[in-house]
Amino acid sequence: MSSNAITIPGVQTNEKPWVDTLHEWVTTVDHKRLGVLYILYALLFLLIAGVEALIIRIQLMFPHNHFVSPEVFNRLFTLHGTTMVFFMGMPILFGFANYLVPLMIGARDMAFPRLNAFSFWLSALGGFLLYFSLVGANGLYGAGNAPDVGWWAYAPLTARAFSPGHSTDYWTLALLVSGFGSIGTAINIIATILCMRCPGMKLSRMPLLAWLNMVMSGMVLLAVSPLTAAQVMLLIDRYLGGHFFDTQAGGSAVLWMHFFWIFGHPEVYVLIIPCFAFMSEIIPVFSRKPIFGYPVMVAATVCIGFVSMSVWAHHMFSVGMNSYANSFFTITTLAVGVPTGIKIFNWIGTMWGGRIQFKVPMLFCIGFLFQFLIAGLTGVMLGSAAFASQLTLSYFVVAHFHYTLVGGVVFGVFAAIYYWYPKITGRMLNEILGKWHFWLFLIGFHLTFDLMHIPGLLGMPRRIYTYEPGRGWDTLNLLIGVGGFIQAIAVVILVANLVVSYFKGKKAGNDPWDAWTLEWATSSPPPAYNFASIPVVASRRPLWDLKHPEDPDSRYE
Amino acid sequence: MSAMANPFPEAPATWRLPDRGKVAMAGLIIAESAIFTVFVVAYLFYVGKSLAGPTPREVLETPIFYTICLLSSSLTIHFAAKSLARDRVGPFLGLLVLTIVLGGTFMYGTGQEWHRLIYERGLTISTNLFGTTYYSLVGLHAFHVTAGLVMLCLVAIFAVAGRVRVEQSRRVEVLSMYWHFVDAVWVVVFTVVYVLGR
Amino acid sequence: MPMRRTKSSKLKAVSQILLALFWSCTFVWARNPTNPSSSVNHTNIFAPASTPAKSIADLSVFVLVITGIIFIVVCGLLVYSLVKFRERRANLNREPAQVYGSTQIELAWTIIPILIVIVLFLATARAIHAIQDAPEPAGAIEVTAIGHQYWWEFRYPKLGVVTANELHIPVSDPANPTPTFLTLLSADTDHSFWIPELAGKTDLIPNHPNRMWMDPLRTGIFLGQCAQYCGVQHAKMLLRVSVDSPADFAAWVRGQQQPAIQDASVVAGRRVFESNACMNCHAVGATPANGRFGPDLTHLMSRVTIASGAARNTPENLRLWIQNPNAIKPGSLMPAMQLNDADLDAVVSYMETLR
Repeated sequence: MSSNAITIPGVQTNEKPWVDTLHEWVTTVDHKRLGVLYILYALLFLLIAGVEALIIRIQLMFPHNHFVSPEVFNRLFTLHGTTMVFFMGMPILFGFANYLVPLMIGARDMAFPRLNAFSFWLSALGGFLLYFSLVGANGLYGAGNAPDVGWWAYAPLTARAFSPGHSTDYWTLALLVSGFGSIGTAINIIATILCMRCPGMKLSRMPLLAWLNMVMSGMVLLAVSPLTAAQVMLLIDRYLGGHFFDTQAGGSAVLWMHFFWIFGHPEVYVLIIPCFAFMSEIIPVFSRKPIFGYPVMVAATVCIGFVSMSVWAHHMFSVGMNSYANSFFTITTLAVGVPTGIKIFNWIGTMWGGRIQFKVPMLFCIGFLFQFLIAGLTGVMLGSAAFASQLTLSYFVVAHFHYTLVGGVVFGVFAAIYYWYPKITGRMLNEILGKWHFWLFLIGFHLTFDLMHIPGLLGMPRRIYTYEPGRGWDTLNLLIGVGGFIQAIAVVILVANLVVSYFKGKKAGNDPWDAWTLEWATSSPPPAYNFASIPVVASRRPLWDLKHPEDPDSRYE
Repeated sequence: MSAMANPFPEAPATWRLPDRGKVAMAGLIIAESAIFTVFVVAYLFYVGKSLAGPTPREVLETPIFYTICLLSSSLTIHFAAKSLARDRVGPFLGLLVLTIVLGGTFMYGTGQEWHRLIYERGLTISTNLFGTTYYSLVGLHAFHVTAGLVMLCLVAIFAVAGRVRVEQSRRVEVLSMYWHFVDAVWVVVFTVVYVLGR
Repeated sequence: MPMRRTKSSKLKAVSQILLALFWSCTFVWARNPTNPSSSVNHTNIFAPASTPAKSIADLSVFVLVITGIIFIVVCGLLVYSLVKFRERRANLNREPAQVYGSTQIELAWTIIPILIVIVLFLATARAIHAIQDAPEPAGAIEVTAIGHQYWWEFRYPKLGVVTANELHIPVSDPANPTPTFLTLLSADTDHSFWIPELAGKTDLIPNHPNRMWMDPLRTGIFLGQCAQYCGVQHAKMLLRVSVDSPADFAAWVRGQQQPAIQDASVVAGRRVFESNACMNCHAVGATPANGRFGPDLTHLMSRVTIASGAARNTPENLRLWIQNPNAIKPGSLMPAMQLNDADLDAVVSYMETLR
């Protein structure tokens, strides 16, 4: 990793004691180090939540299986969902945003470095709190352990009457705390992008990654806050005798659902928009063309940001809303598919007429495009309220959202890892291991999540620890589990690649991919101050202009 | 980059970007507004739905005086920030202290009202839906007022020690944005609880 | 090096096409014909046996066709571009034309999706309205379903019938409809009533009554289960709907309306039942037992399963259930009654008489 000292060749420097390195990392306010901390933290939770998923799939491989008890199973799916969304998805995307945004806009750091560090440690504390519940939640009644209320924690299941002990409270507090961290980072990203751009970088010349992270941060501000509010209400109910969701006192369980999904739906766009950003940066470089339709990509993303705040009740199509409400949420949900589809078309438009290089980051991008297309189409099915009344709460939904989250977010994150690892560490990841990772993960992913749609269509609800034989679900669940193991092997290969390449990888140089944005204008890894002198830009692809002075973008923009 | 001359093009003549303190505070205000909106929605949703216990009409007294205090404090802090921007520290400190006093009076009023509601009218957070939503919403606002008062007091202490001059006026402006937000929220809470909810 | 890239791209394209084919086959396979004998599993949303389920299945085919076409077109473009525009030895060192965009193309692929959205919305809105706003005809059967952790209570208010877990409803003749209209309530947490072949699912939420209806168009057994996570035994909160001919339904109702059979030979068992805590939770009609926390046992033997479908209704299973419910449904809210063997046998004999 980059050290803060400037190495002078020929002069002997003493090896730094490891405690000093540890101290530097723990007290860092450097956006690059915090970015790496976020990413490592998220990768750790990817492994933990992945193991949880494997246990779930083993339990479901056979009907009436006894691999784990129903209590343990229910905790596993609660932890799996909560961990993947809040302690894998959010941190890894904030990590990349933290690392890349200042570099891409030609700044030396984020707007508020100490707030940055504070937000990271808050998020880290959240993850710790959630898993501390495994040892700490045995409350007065000897009940409780890890939370087992599902990651949406529907009322009144979360009331003291139905969830004694403290397991639910650990869920609430973990997310409350990390939610403050998320809001802090979002504020930081917005302030950085609006206030720290290098000279010449008008908003219309900013890399799409910066734009999309700004939209994502705006959505975090608007979406995480309702969850925070709802969780405070839940704590008031559980500890101060409040009645927000107390149906016995006239309270409404449906109100929790509305508040949760007003958070929950924008949240999934918060998770995917940074991956759209990765696509928008990586696909052009490996197609050797600029992104097709930059202004439309910005407009579509802003549009998604707004429209996605109006679709939340498509998660509640079985709740018994009247036909006008169901119709309203159908049309808004279908409508949000339009700007999303436009983005897919623009990425294909970028590749069209290009010179596509099938390096590992691009392989993951292609997987993303294919999978996000399918996910969007199953989303259209789920958005149609009448059709959804059959599909919702079944394995069809589980398949759909894993398609978006694994097929979309995880593939996008893998693409980003292979693409920016050279910049972060100064070394290339091994291409052969990368391809093994890609193909194994692709096969495992499709085996699991393509098949998973079918039990849903055949009536298998979600969150069940076992099922009856003879419903046509048996073989499918077995194969789904096999696919899970194949994905696990692929992830192990990735981890091995990350570690081995750090020590033995080929040296990357400033710009191994022949790319065009500012992060490639400095060394790999960048020095602590990012740039020797603050860049000035005259177009969206400053490095293209430098490499092609006879045909610069600035002439055409 | 090597030690060559800077390869980038000429910088534009002027390059002005927004102030990051103000942008960050605007972001915080947006997030906090979303939180308050959810509590307001819960309050409005549950109006009239309590199964038993005191109703708003029976027990609420409209806090006109304390509202005037709080809203005036927005004016005083506005002029305080203006004074500091002109490096007039004396008026700044005076207006700042006045802001704190007005905000503190408002908190006193809230405390007094809650004391009356709890001990004389029997309305607590667990009494009924009205109690839950009322104390949560007004309490959340009072919490934000308290946080603001703490910040204002800190600035006042630094000002008394002579450390606050025109160079710090930008920071004081950021703090005053927060204070204006708190007052704006009170306008909404007041309307919802004491006007619409009855 | 270029050779490997070409192979990788061809491999990618081929695998994309294979996956697309696999996906299309799956869709075709899942779309079972509405032949009841092909619906082996009784829970296939594409084997609808009632008007709401059929409206949904028809709408779903329409949606699937449209999304299928979109998939083929976009996937085709994607695969084509991967193959046609891949890096080859021929174009290795030439940067392609740096195209920034095209307003006409952007307009085209904005307007066409908007039109598709409008069409899909109109079709869906029609189905929503047809299902949710359907008027209740005079001959409708009224059932109140109350969700519990982890069993279903069914009451027929106009017929004076109270039962649990297994629903009997009459087949509905389109000429003279006798649909079943359900009012859905909950005694504790959220549940969801889902019989895929008869209707879309509707939740049972405390303090939030819901209504749904189904008009089964053929007799038979239809299965389902709770679809909203409600606690530890959510997985075994199964549903069994028996759609009967009008005559069979009338006979069933008559049977359920009878008071509990008073069989003198099981008086010992009845005494065990009434002197232990059993009667605090369970009701047996026309006896002092009138608990409402657990299922009504007046006609327990008229049910095919016990523990809301977790086990078949045999004397052995019944004995095991009463002795240790956790053996069949770990985490169920029925406590183990700690009866000795003699009492256990007596009580099971008593239960066996409650036809």
